[in-house]
Amino acid sequence: MNDDLQSIWIYLEASPLLGLTATLLAYQAAHWLWRKGRMTPLLNPVLVSILLIAGFLMLTGIEYRTYFNGAQFVHFLLGPATVALAIPLYRQLRLLLQSVTAVLVGLVAGVVSAAASAMGVAWALGASELTIRSLAPKSVTSPIAMAISEGIGGLPSLTAVLAILTGITGSVIAVWVLDAARVKNEAARGLAMGTASHGIGTARAIQLGEVTGAFSGLGMGLAAIATTLVVPLLVRLVYG
Amino acid sequence: MALLSYITVLLLCQLAGEVVARLAHLPVPGPVVGMVLLFVGLIVKGGVPEGLEKVGTTLLSHLSLLFIPAGVGIMVHLKLIATEWLPISVALVVSTALTLAVTGVVMQWLARQRRKQP
Repeated sequence: MNDDLQSIWIYLEASPLLGLTATLLAYQAAHWLWRKGRMTPLLNPVLVSILLIAGFLMLTGIEYRTYFNGAQFVHFLLGPATVALAIPLYRQLRLLLQSVTAVLVGLVAGVVSAAASAMGVAWALGASELTIRSLAPKSVTSPIAMAISEGIGGLPSLTAVLAILTGITGSVIAVWVLDAARVKNEAARGLAMGTASHGIGTARAIQLGEVTGAFSGLGMGLAAIATTLVVPLLVRLVYG
Repeated sequence: MALLSYITVLLLCQLAGEVVARLAHLPVPGPVVGMVLLFVGLIVKGGVPEGLEKVGTTLLSHLSLLFIPAGVGIMVHLKLIATEWLPISVALVVSTALTLAVTGVVMQWLARQRRKQP
């Protein structure tokens, strides 16, 4: 009996089935919890799912690499989903054409504030230079953030984690911050969420409405381009 | 069948995006270039086909799910973050809040200026 269980466990650990199932189960449980909690941002489904799965992996001693072997099927869909962001954006084409200048100026202001404030605050609180360099590109989606980090002498793997944490932070605090700053324009709210917290913020923005979601997707794409240009300049300015 | 062909459209855009991004040495990831390609395609076509709409809506309604596998990777770097947790967490929260407010306020203000013009 025990041997049977043992061999089943060995099979499950090696097959992609476990990682994939765990991801879908955790997400649905987190979603259920979020709705039960009257959709409070603190019970952010991405955050809760990550905690559930990381806890499960640590308890069972399964390595992250083994888990990702199965979960990569979900991870892969990020590509086609990013492409699909063109659809809501196309539906807001008229609004976008009306506000091109506002979008571009808002975006550049946001991208500069993101990098400069992250570096400034970390420096003031005594972070190491390596951490400061790794923090600079954290507002864009992980693969781009990692590439920038490498170019400016940061630690790419640390930057990847910081980018995900930034995304989660943004999706948790966005509604509070934008309400407090009296930003009511839905397009501006969307652009802010995509610029500050890339795809994870965009996932949240889509839940808030069609216009917000479309402009968040736009902000995420444009911020990726702008950050690639701005951050290396900023780092050179500070560290010579 | 229609759904399958629209899933193929999304994959083709991504594929073309990856190729273009690499050939032109763009600093942007392939899927973002693919998004631009699909956006241009929709403008040329002048509308969103119903099947594409369905596939896109389904994918985007579960966008948060797709970040979980990469997010769990945090567990590998816990020690790294633990050593400088204070500057890191304060920098993340302050900088994200500031970016949200600055971007939103600037864009909203400029959009209002434009509307005030005759």
